[in-house]
Amino acid sequence: MSAPLLQVEALNQRFGRIEACRDIDFVMHPGEVIGIVGESGSGKTTLLKCLAGRQVPTSGRVLYDMRVKGPTDLYALSEPERRLLMRTDLGYVTQNPRDALRMGISAGGNVGERLMVNGARHYGAIRDTASDWLERVELDPGRIDDRPATYSGGMQQRLQIAKTLVVNPRLVFMDEPTGGLDVSVQARLLDLLRGLVRELGLSAVIVTHDLAVARLLADRLMVMRRGEVVEQGLTDQVLDDPHHPYTQLLVSSVLQP
Amino acid sequence: MYVAVKGGEAAISNAHGLMADERRGDRALPEIGVDQIAEQLGHAVDRVMTEGSLYDRELAALAIKQAQGDTVEAVFLLRAYRTTLPRLGASEPIDTAAMNVERRISATYKDLPGGQVLGPTYDYTHRLLDFDLLDTEREVPEPYESGEEQQPMARVADILGHEGLLEEAQHGEAGAPVADITREPMRFPAGRDARLQALARGDEGFLLALGYSTQRGYGGTHPFAGEVRMGTVAVEMVPEELGFAIEIGEIAVTECDMVNQFGGDAERPPQFTRGYGLSFGRAERKAMAMALVDRALRSQELGEEAVFPAQDQEFVLYHADNVEASGFVQHLKLPHYVDFQSELELVRRLRREHAQAREEAMHKEAAE
Amino acid sequence: MSAAPARERPGDPAYNFAYLDEQTKRMIRRGLLKAVAIPGYQVPFASREMPLPYGWGTGGIQVTASIIGPEDRLKVIDQGADDTTNAVSIRRFFHRVTEVETTEETADATVIQTRHRIPERDLTENQILVYQVPIPEPLRQLEPREAECRKIHAWQEYGVMHVGLYEDIARWGHIARTYDYPVMVGGRYLMAPSPIPKFDNPKMTKMAALQLFGAGREKRLYAIPPHTDVKSLDFEDHPFEVQKWDETCGLCGAEDSFLDEVILDDAGGHMYVCSDSDFCRHRRDAGHRGAMAGHEAVRVLTEQVS
Repeated sequence: MSAPLLQVEALNQRFGRIEACRDIDFVMHPGEVIGIVGESGSGKTTLLKCLAGRQVPTSGRVLYDMRVKGPTDLYALSEPERRLLMRTDLGYVTQNPRDALRMGISAGGNVGERLMVNGARHYGAIRDTASDWLERVELDPGRIDDRPATYSGGMQQRLQIAKTLVVNPRLVFMDEPTGGLDVSVQARLLDLLRGLVRELGLSAVIVTHDLAVARLLADRLMVMRRGEVVEQGLTDQVLDDPHHPYTQLLVSSVLQP
Repeated sequence: MYVAVKGGEAAISNAHGLMADERRGDRALPEIGVDQIAEQLGHAVDRVMTEGSLYDRELAALAIKQAQGDTVEAVFLLRAYRTTLPRLGASEPIDTAAMNVERRISATYKDLPGGQVLGPTYDYTHRLLDFDLLDTEREVPEPYESGEEQQPMARVADILGHEGLLEEAQHGEAGAPVADITREPMRFPAGRDARLQALARGDEGFLLALGYSTQRGYGGTHPFAGEVRMGTVAVEMVPEELGFAIEIGEIAVTECDMVNQFGGDAERPPQFTRGYGLSFGRAERKAMAMALVDRALRSQELGEEAVFPAQDQEFVLYHADNVEASGFVQHLKLPHYVDFQSELELVRRLRREHAQAREEAMHKEAAE
Repeated sequence: MSAAPARERPGDPAYNFAYLDEQTKRMIRRGLLKAVAIPGYQVPFASREMPLPYGWGTGGIQVTASIIGPEDRLKVIDQGADDTTNAVSIRRFFHRVTEVETTEETADATVIQTRHRIPERDLTENQILVYQVPIPEPLRQLEPREAECRKIHAWQEYGVMHVGLYEDIARWGHIARTYDYPVMVGGRYLMAPSPIPKFDNPKMTKMAALQLFGAGREKRLYAIPPHTDVKSLDFEDHPFEVQKWDETCGLCGAEDSFLDEVILDDAGGHMYVCSDSDFCRHRRDAGHRGAMAGHEAVRVLTEQVS
């Protein structure tokens, strides 16, 4: 088995008296998709931000297997090093695409920005790559010069995914990527995500409160409650045979198909 | 007719001549004296001294005369003079508790040691034009004097402070250097010393509008005018060769302590917090607005969400200075024809390309 | 009110030589040394209040005031010309407070203060070009916050500037920026060249003269040392280009200078003339004649210029 991509050791995050994450430990291997489930307020998004280099944890380490240096604590890196890593190796998809897109810049400019930030300086090549990625996320490349404001919510989310994946990140973090969308739109987006994850062999950490999303995308699940991981294991095992009472409650509260 | 776009020396001299003529006005009327301005347009002088950050009534009055009563222009003149003065040192902090009080009011206590002293104020006057003032020969009666010796009055902030109800004033370390934004560029986040200095020099109108916005829900801090006091205070300085403080003069100031609610957090119990305002002379509106904005700018340090303009350091401090703002707005009058020429060439090109594209589209349509 | 100090120096006795006190000049020169040492980096400095308004060249004036000596010869231009009102006003200011020799001859000047242009004539190692800068931050239109901008510079995350250029090409087919066109200095710092037309950008690279930039209101100094690489941002397949005119200067016939458009009559009749008045006069003195030579408007213009 290959070396772990991500190792989380004794991670804690406190905000004043609130413990958002308590003693989190886990290991993730390349090609794995991990789902983090739990109710809102359980600390999922805070944990995701800590893993993604976006929120300095109160204590603990987040070791990422860097291409040259090997396993390195994200928060021991200098800020420029961390930012470089975040814009090359790591991707982050937010629930609200408006938080990640530049609404005054065309779709092509949005997707191309990641390439330009990483040094691309050939307009034609940038445009071709952006156009190709619009197609891959099932957006009409003919609308490459339209601003995201003219796109529907589902299309904006596809655009954000294209913008994230265009630099071929090794590890992608997603925070409720299908939240806030209509059910029919959600289903299509999930299909798309599942296809991309398989096709690209992506490693991903996906936060969701929707167990159906977790079942469809995740190999492994971590169940969070009040800042703690109460149960983890293979997705099917956790969902079909939940051990912790809280997991049992979560599973039973979902309408069975 | 062709109008020359480039002017020269002669044009500038002529413009200055016209301005001097306009400033003098009707020669049949006596010329206004700087002493008259200093005595009879005191509020204008106070504002120019405050925003010009130079306490000199005669120079401020001269600036007002030279600027024909344009306050912002007068502030500019005073600042440009101030910049050439040597800076010999910093005074000791003035002790406003020892102020020789002319006016002192508190909106938080009905009565308090020393009492409410209304003093000279436009408050409670009816704003009816007083046509008697048209007569410059009339007698103005002497004001009422109580004849009592005035005792020093404790500051309201100190009274509240005794119970721990009000946060303690943030005292700098004795002798520690204080920020001077006229000698050091502003850095962000800016310390409170630099912020207060910028606000003291800031445009009254701008601060008034910002302070007002906090009252209307754009960053509400639930203020009470804990105290507004105006009067004269001694200025002391420690000359290096002496090693102890000596009094070097007396200045009139207006001070405002604004008291604001604060809910407390994990570490701090609920208590009142402060916003502080200080201006030269009688400039109550300025001091109060400054205190409101000072408190708003403390939102980050107090762990409050800072989302409104008055709470935004860079926005407030970068735009409060009327000399900077006036200069940059008015620099639009300077020639920009090189840049405009460049844009002209671009727009012509874009219009050409646009027309071409439309024509092609029409041909295509016609062909189909 | 203190009496103004009398001094045994050239210039108005009410003020120090070149207006600023010596301590302030030293502070600015320290800032300039740092700016030269880190080409293109914006050095914060304690800009003083000047007797001219902010936005009218207070930064350039402070730089000139802190480097000028009694032996210098000063040239001041605005829009390329010596006779524009603001240039006249600044030249008069320096004459009053320094009594240095002023000149309109580009070649004779040791210090040239400019707003919006670089002279057409090549400058030499013995000259210093001082730019007046309104907005020193090239990222300002994309990021209004100073604290953020400084991080972007520190991390060299300049890709966002290319997004703007990308949008231009996507929309117009070419980069639609004509002045204050951003440049990379010495391969490290992104820099605003001040609102010179992009026509002048190529003159900045490897220039023999020292280029100093002063932004008074924004309190920043920056510099390009002599012979430094200055590259205008572009794409490999959309290289940087300067403006070109189909017309030539109506006065001197120059084909390669930046041209101002002059409106001749109420019907919109117009001609083009060199924006650099000294350059144009030298060409005319050398016998060059433009298409409008002899026209009534030309007489008016040349009389004003000379």
